[in-house]
Order: sequence, then C-alpha cells, then structure tokens
Amino acid sequence: MSVPTRTPAPLPPLPLPRSPGGQRNGKSPKKKRVNESISTWRLTDRIGYVMMWAAGLLLCAIGIGILVFMAFKGLQYLRPDLLFSSPTADVDQSKSGGFLDPLLGTVLITLIGITIATPIAIGAATWIVEYGRPTWLARLIDSGIEIIAGTPDIVIALFGLVLFQQGIFGWMSFVATGGAVFGRSFLTAGAMMSLIALPMVFAATREGLQSIPAHVREASYALGKTKAATIRRVLLPSVKANISTGAALGMGRIAGDTAIIVVLLGASLTLDPQGNVPGLNVLKGTGGTLTSYVYNNSPAGEGNAPQKAYAAAFVLLLIVLALNFAVDLIARSGAKTGLETSRLGAR
Amino acid sequence: MIDPHESTARSAQTTDEPANGAMPPPIRRITLDSQPTVALPPSQDAVAIANTSDRSLAAAGRPTRGVAGPERMTISDLSVFYGDNQAVKHVSLPIRQGEVLALIGPSGCGKTTLLRTLNRLTELTGSARREGLITLDGTDIDSLEVTEHRRRVSMVFQQPNPFPMSVFDNVAYALREQGSKRPKKKVLEPYVIDALQRAGLYDEVASDLDHPALRLSGGQQQRLCIARALAARPEVLLMDEPCSALDPKSTNVIEELIVELRKELAIVIVTHNLQQAYRVGDHVAFMYLGDLVEYGPTDELFDNPKAARTRDYIGGAFG
Repeated sequence: MSVPTRTPAPLPPLPLPRSPGGQRNGKSPKKKRVNESISTWRLTDRIGYVMMWAAGLLLCAIGIGILVFMAFKGLQYLRPDLLFSSPTADVDQSKSGGFLDPLLGTVLITLIGITIATPIAIGAATWIVEYGRPTWLARLIDSGIEIIAGTPDIVIALFGLVLFQQGIFGWMSFVATGGAVFGRSFLTAGAMMSLIALPMVFAATREGLQSIPAHVREASYALGKTKAATIRRVLLPSVKANISTGAALGMGRIAGDTAIIVVLLGASLTLDPQGNVPGLNVLKGTGGTLTSYVYNNSPAGEGNAPQKAYAAAFVLLLIVLALNFAVDLIARSGAKTGLETSRLGAR
Repeated sequence: MIDPHESTARSAQTTDEPANGAMPPPIRRITLDSQPTVALPPSQDAVAIANTSDRSLAAAGRPTRGVAGPERMTISDLSVFYGDNQAVKHVSLPIRQGEVLALIGPSGCGKTTLLRTLNRLTELTGSARREGLITLDGTDIDSLEVTEHRRRVSMVFQQPNPFPMSVFDNVAYALREQGSKRPKKKVLEPYVIDALQRAGLYDEVASDLDHPALRLSGGQQQRLCIARALAARPEVLLMDEPCSALDPKSTNVIEELIVELRKELAIVIVTHNLQQAYRVGDHVAFMYLGDLVEYGPTDELFDNPKAARTRDYIGGAFG
C-alpha cells in the first residue's frame, strides 16, 4: 500500500498587490492599526462600494425629507381642537370642524382588522409549520396566502363589496327597505382589512416557528408533553415577539389603506351609526378614516381644504411611525429573552 | 484487508454478522510497526494505563462503580430502520437501576438512534421503523401511553435547550398537568426547588428563579435541563452527549452529578468521550455501524476488550 511519492516543483510567488499601509515603519509615535484599504480594490468593486453608500444615504434623505416636510406643513395647521371636534360640511373652512371622527375611524378599523387577522394567521402558520400534512394542502394554503398578499387592495375591496352585499351578510351592514344589503360598514371593511394584515402576521409567525430548533420541541416531547401542550406552552410563547411584530406591521398597513375605506366604509366625513344597539350600531354604520379624510380634503377631493389634509396626514404619519417604533421595541425585547433574534432585532 | 476473526465479534446476546456475509466497510488501518496513535490526552487514567504493562489499571485510579439494582428496561433484538437504512441492528441490552450504561462508538453508529428509541422519540421521524421488543418494568413500551412512557423515561439532549421562560417555569413545566388542571405556584414550589437541588443548581439560581432561563451559562442551562427531566421523577434518564457542548469545568460538574444520580435511577448516556465513558459508566456498550460489538462492565471492557474492533476503537485506531 505504498503511495508513490511525488514532490511538486515549488511555484514562483504570485505578484500580489501590496497595501501601501503595509510598509509603515514603527517610527510613528501614534500606533495605528492598519485596516484594509479600498485602494487595493478593483474599480468595479469601488463603484459598487460608493453606490451602496449613496443608496443608503439617499433613502435616509428621502425618509427625513418626508418627515420634515409633513411636520412643517402639518404643525403649521395642526390645532388641538382639530383632534377633538367632528368634521362638518361647510364652505367656510373655519367652521368645517376637525377630524375627530376620522381619527376614531382609523383606530376602530385597525382594531377590527387586526383582531380578525391575528388568530387566523397564527392558526394557519402553526398548522403549516407543526403539522403541514398532507403536503399538497400546505402548499395550497401557502399559495392562497401569497395570492391574498399580492392582490391589490382595490381588488380586495371590490370583492368584499360583492360578497357582503349578499343577503346572509345583512346583519353586518345597513339593509334598505327593499331588502337590498348596503354592504358598507365598519364590520365589512374591517373583515376585508384583515386580509391586508393577515399575510404579515402569518409570515412573521411562520418565520418564528421555523427558527425554533427541533430539539426544543423534542425536549418538550421527551418530558411526556403532548403536541398540543408543546405548541401552547412552549412554541407560541416563544414566538410572541414575532407575532407582535407582524401584528404591528399589519396595523400600520391597515391604518394607511385607502381603497378599502373608499369602497367598503363609505369614506364619509363622520361616523354614521345604523340601528339602535349601542356599540353594534357604530360597527354596522359607515364612516371614514384619516386616509379618506386626507384624500377628500386634498386638492383632488371634493373638500379641497389642503391645510386640514396636511394636519390629518401628519397625524396619520405619526400613528404609523409609532406602530413601526413599537415593532422595533418588541423585536429588541424579544431578542433579549427569546430563543432567537427576530428579523428586526438582529441588527 | 479484514481479519476474518474480527467478524466473530461478540454481540451481547446475538451474533448477527455471518462469517461469510457481506464485508463490513473497511476501517482505517494504521501501519503495524509504528506506535498506535492514542487519541486520549494523557490524563491520570491514561497515565495509569501507560504505566502498567498488562494494561490493567491500578486499583487506586479506578472510579467507584455503582451497585447494580433490578433491571428496569430490557432491549431485546431491537432493530431501527430509517427508510431502507438499518441504523440499529438486532441489539439486546439490559438497563439496570443504580448504574450508568454508557454507549460508545464512532459517529453514525446508531447509539443516538438507540437512545431516542428508548423513549419513543424516533417515532417522530416519519421514515423510522422499529422491530424488536423494549420493555419497561416488564411491560412492552408500545402498550404504554406515549406521554406517560416519556415521563417515566426522560431525556437530556446534546444542546442545552431550556425553554424561553423563567428558570422556575422551565422546571414547573414538567410538573404541570396537561389540560385544564394547573396547580398553583405555591404548590409547585417545593417540587421545583427539590428538582433544582438534585441537579445541583439550586444554590446558583436560588435568588433568580424568575429570571429567563436563557440568560444562564451553558453549563447551568444543561443542569437546568437535567433538573427539568428529574422533576417528573423518571425511572430512567437518557442522556445524549450531555457534555459535548460544555467546557471542561461544567463537564466535571455534570459527571459528578451523573454519578450521584445513579443511586436513584437508571441512566443511559451516549458519549463520544471515551474517558467520560470510563469515568461515569458502570457498563459500557460499544456500537459500530448499528451493531452492538461488545457489552460488559466498564473496567473489563477497557482492560480486556474481547473484540478486535473494540480494541482498535479504544486504542484510537479509528473513529
């Protein structure tokens, strides 16, 4: 079993480029660590490097620009009484009130949407990751959610209007004397809004569950726990931060959506309760949100009161930014105590 | 290349390799005239081995061995398949109360599969199939409800894997009943403290039972996992390379713990570390490619291995 020995001829040393910093002699009194120098890079790499910096800085500038512009315009017209008075239709802008109703509408529609979306999304994600059999069904559910995520909100809105104008959904909105179902209300708009948030909660939950190592599940089974106990007591608590992140992102999407509001909520100035049951009457009634208020008061809308549009838009921006900030906070706290760092907490 | 006598390697109760059967895959040979490469670093045990000419250890250097009690689990003619691949081949072994059974062997020899089969974790793998009989106190484990069986035969894993909850809740999780009945924290507290004490962790975490378990050090996490496994008062404790992710000091603490725990329960430990098998094992089973090559009392197996392959493995010729 003797292997024939073969000594390869020694290769001449490759002429490798030297960093100019490498030749520094030890005379300089200030000791400086020599780092990798960009001057040794290829030209294409250097161009790429500059472009990466440029892209990052540009995005920063755009973000800060929007914020500063909206803050400037918004704060110029924002008065506290705008937040606490209901809008009224009046030619004189000093008498047309504030946007209390749209503000309440935004909060309400966001809560309805996320309340419907979260349990469904968690259930679907848990089933896909923890069961996922038969495979064809798992794939089908995955595609279904992808379709929902990819459908433009105006299409979802139209679909919702057709759906909720069916007779069996009469309890969700206003029914005219002839029996025609109106189909537009907080309930119907909220139900369709849940489809906007659902893919985000679903993706975040699934990502979290998939990142839990298999041996954690096995540790629970090895203690004699059932699959149900494992999911409820170990897996879902572990992905709490992911779920919250997804939910906050979804709420931001709902708060910022306009098409569904215009088509399914009526985009009216004030909340218009239907029926006599307190609470339910608001849910069955139509209304508007900050997005529809901004649209109606912009030069494109019928109100044409740009000052109020700016003020409302600024408030809307603050709400969405607050939600994004909450996402960041949740992700960071999750990274400290959770099994894994979630997407945003990892940085 | 293969010594024909080697294929008569003794299984504990069955000889499964036919003498003229398929050739087992070749093992890496070392040249005969050179000194064998010894994989063990020169610790006290190794020095003791080197200093005695007949390779028997000086009695003073031997760890104290456990006193074998009644047989708790019996594995007879166990085979485990993953699809068409047979991972464990006709293995028969006894597991006794009061002693530690160490499973050794090179990677992929089926020792972890064997261990996971003992508390029916292999059943979670879709392609796995099992033949043969495993009994717990004389009862076929298949006839036991799987969660009850796993409470009686608990397991500690290679990676410390505490759940992302507090130290207290980690241990209490094992105690809490499934379903609607959930005992109060006050009721559970003495049991949790007892389990932590038995795992030798209580003194270190007494003041922060409410802290997240994932903030503990690796060694503490592993002892927490042991405490969690002990909390359900199992009869058999399975350990899958419990020290391979830990530093030497934590390893030492856990080995002492294993020796302490063997008084009250039967322990099966899978290890890559021959010295660890020597230190904590009372009986050692050497597995190779799914076969149980040799099984015997630790001192006997390390001093006078009967099978040539065991001798090679212990001598560090392959692995």
